[in-house]
Amino acid sequence: MSTIAVEPRQAIQPPDDHPEEVSYLAAGHTVRSWLLTVDHKRIALLYLVSITVMFFIGGFAAVIMRLELATPQGDVLWSADGYNRAFTLHGIVMIFFFLVPSIPATLGNFLIPMMIGAKDLAFPRINLLSWYLYIMAGALALVVLIFGGVDTGWTFYTPFSTMFSNTMVVPAAMAGFIAGFSSILTGLNFIVTVHTMRAPGLTWFRLPLFVWSMYATSLVVILGTPVLAIALALISVERLFHVGIFDPALGGDPVLFQHLFWFYSHPAVYIMILPSMAVMSEIIPCFARRPIFGYRMIAYSSIAIAAIGFIVWGHHMFVSSQSMYAGMVFSMLSFLVAIPSAIKAFNWTLTMYKGSVRLETPMLYALGFIGLFTIGGLTGLMLSTMSTDMHFHDTYFVVAHFHYIMVGGAVMGYLGGIHFWWPKMSGRMYNELLGKLSALTVFIGFNLTFFPQFVLGNLGMPRRYYEYVSEFQFLNVMSSAGASILAVGYILPLFYMLLSLRNPPNAPANPWRATGLEWQTASPPPTHNFHKTPVVTRGPYEYSPEGAEAIDGNLNTAFE
Amino acid sequence: METLTPRSSNPAHVGRSNYDEEPILGVQFDDVEQQHESSIMGMWLFLSTEIMFFGGLIGAYTIYRFMSPGEFALASHHQNVPLGAFNTVVLLASSLTMALGVRAAQLHDHRAIVRWLILTAIFGTMFLGVKAIEYTTDYREHLIPAMGFQVPAEDLEKMPDMNVGRYQMYYVLYFFMTGLHAIHLIIGIGLVLVMAYLSWRHWFSGAGETQIDVTGLYWHFIDIVWVFLYPLLYLISAHASS
Ligand SMILES: [Cu+2]
Repeated sequence: MSTIAVEPRQAIQPPDDHPEEVSYLAAGHTVRSWLLTVDHKRIALLYLVSITVMFFIGGFAAVIMRLELATPQGDVLWSADGYNRAFTLHGIVMIFFFLVPSIPATLGNFLIPMMIGAKDLAFPRINLLSWYLYIMAGALALVVLIFGGVDTGWTFYTPFSTMFSNTMVVPAAMAGFIAGFSSILTGLNFIVTVHTMRAPGLTWFRLPLFVWSMYATSLVVILGTPVLAIALALISVERLFHVGIFDPALGGDPVLFQHLFWFYSHPAVYIMILPSMAVMSEIIPCFARRPIFGYRMIAYSSIAIAAIGFIVWGHHMFVSSQSMYAGMVFSMLSFLVAIPSAIKAFNWTLTMYKGSVRLETPMLYALGFIGLFTIGGLTGLMLSTMSTDMHFHDTYFVVAHFHYIMVGGAVMGYLGGIHFWWPKMSGRMYNELLGKLSALTVFIGFNLTFFPQFVLGNLGMPRRYYEYVSEFQFLNVMSSAGASILAVGYILPLFYMLLSLRNPPNAPANPWRATGLEWQTASPPPTHNFHKTPVVTRGPYEYSPEGAEAIDGNLNTAFE
Repeated sequence: METLTPRSSNPAHVGRSNYDEEPILGVQFDDVEQQHESSIMGMWLFLSTEIMFFGGLIGAYTIYRFMSPGEFALASHHQNVPLGAFNTVVLLASSLTMALGVRAAQLHDHRAIVRWLILTAIFGTMFLGVKAIEYTTDYREHLIPAMGFQVPAEDLEKMPDMNVGRYQMYYVLYFFMTGLHAIHLIIGIGLVLVMAYLSWRHWFSGAGETQIDVTGLYWHFIDIVWVFLYPLLYLISAHASS
């Protein structure tokens, strides 16, 4: 029994036997070799750099907002309008240019071909095209949002966005449109790759749950994004030509815009959270040294989340003239989507039961994810109950809820995944102590920032206001203080990960003794991932506590 | 490091007919079938995004028509039903020639490929020409929103209490949907002509079966969209009066 965990899943030659094959990082050092690459691993790194830039720009806008909100009066920004522009910048950049592409475009791009034993994605050039589209859209968005400014919020609600706002709504909508195209191309590539490129023996139920979850994400991307695109195109037409589509003064119906918008933007929440769930399903069994509990249920629940996620969008319109019966149906369906999410949370927890849990950095992030995602999910139930939503609607309670999902969930998962696969991507180990410190700082900073916002929302503080009554100040100062801790937690990994690049490659092929195919090749991997197409004969999570004990004692894996 | 498609700059392919060869295999693939299957599936998925794209529009159309059936029926009276029917036939014919082109590619018959693809492009262009005539008539009758739109006097007489915004909405949606369809068709014509040119130059290492097949899928999709748009936009009153 004790040898199962150390055995590689299939017989692959150790990388040392092929000294002539260079890693993908060494395959070219010119700018051209990066900008014209079709290697999915290099494209993943291009994305990693670009979304990191976007993350810190969006974060900077959040810093400005929290500074403004530290006092009840408006004093940091010149006007309420400046505050509107800051939160629009924050929302658009963080959602369209950080969260949506975050895990799929970096970890997904890097890992899906390796996890299924393929040399690359099915369409390497389309993959590169998606990055260029992303860059175009990102550049356009930054120019518009920073030098022009948009004051509609990321939701572009009509008729304000089409008839009243005096800001650059159309270029911002165009940026969202192009970014949507970029993510459609990524999702399409993933689905085709998973269908047609799996290694011999890699049946659907031998796929890592990362791949299942990423597959579900891609389904949501390709079916949801076009509807957002059409909604953005329609508001552009209404705004440019002053013809009625959504403006009630011209025969339009603003609620129709909300329906089209949320038809994408609710599933978009799952575009952001499913990839983090994908990461969880890899990290937790590895650091608990246990096979994942309920593999099939987790796989099916990813698909269920994608499917049910498409029929709950009406919970955003409980108070905007939607009929009560429609509201009841949407409310019920929203409760339903909590079930597959809960299945996942319970299964991850049960995976750890009687495991030998090692609290290394990725695992700390993963544990943080489970807790914060659970809070985010449960408060979501409070918002999908119509009677309580009347009370919480448009307050800080909503802000806190979706930040628990998107930051406490999605960003924690993203950081956990980056830490987990950093040795594979870069060939370097980061400083473990600083890693643990960052996980802890992020967890504390996050809760201090956003938990007070639940209370504020319950007390009735509306969202998107830049001044507030002075009795809310104490909680707002807490939140702003938490935000500064959170900022330190985010800058820390940037610092020590960049620092790790100064060392010569020092990561073993499989530093965590994980069982995935991606760990069976060198770190960093050669250009075509594997020297020989692997043949898969077992499931993805063959861990056991006994084997883990043996490893932690004195055994080495085959490749070290 | 070439991946997907061959290039004529490859010395092995310049200046000779090579349509009996197997298509060049991208490095990421193991065999030609896998490559073909991937390309076809990629196009189907892309078309599913297109369905959602037009689906959002048709959804908006359905809601407004449901809320204002009278205005929509009245506004649709000004469409030229015979011209629309003619265009429907033209597009259906183009789908037939496209299918024959795909068949010719499978048979490696280069002359037939070029012939059918060019015919397809001609039908597509014909459709656009008829559409242009219709748009011009609409412009003369002041039916283009944001370009001097006026509700015709006889319609105002027939329905004095009409919601003028909704009446115009029909035309906003009409021009948006048919315009979007026309853009797709222009892209399709471009694609078909590129395929015809490449076939004529014997650029493909096979006969371009995969590429032409994928182009064909896209073309049929454009055709099918029109099959939905025609009754939705032209035949409202035929339905309403019965
Ligand atoms: Cu929602």
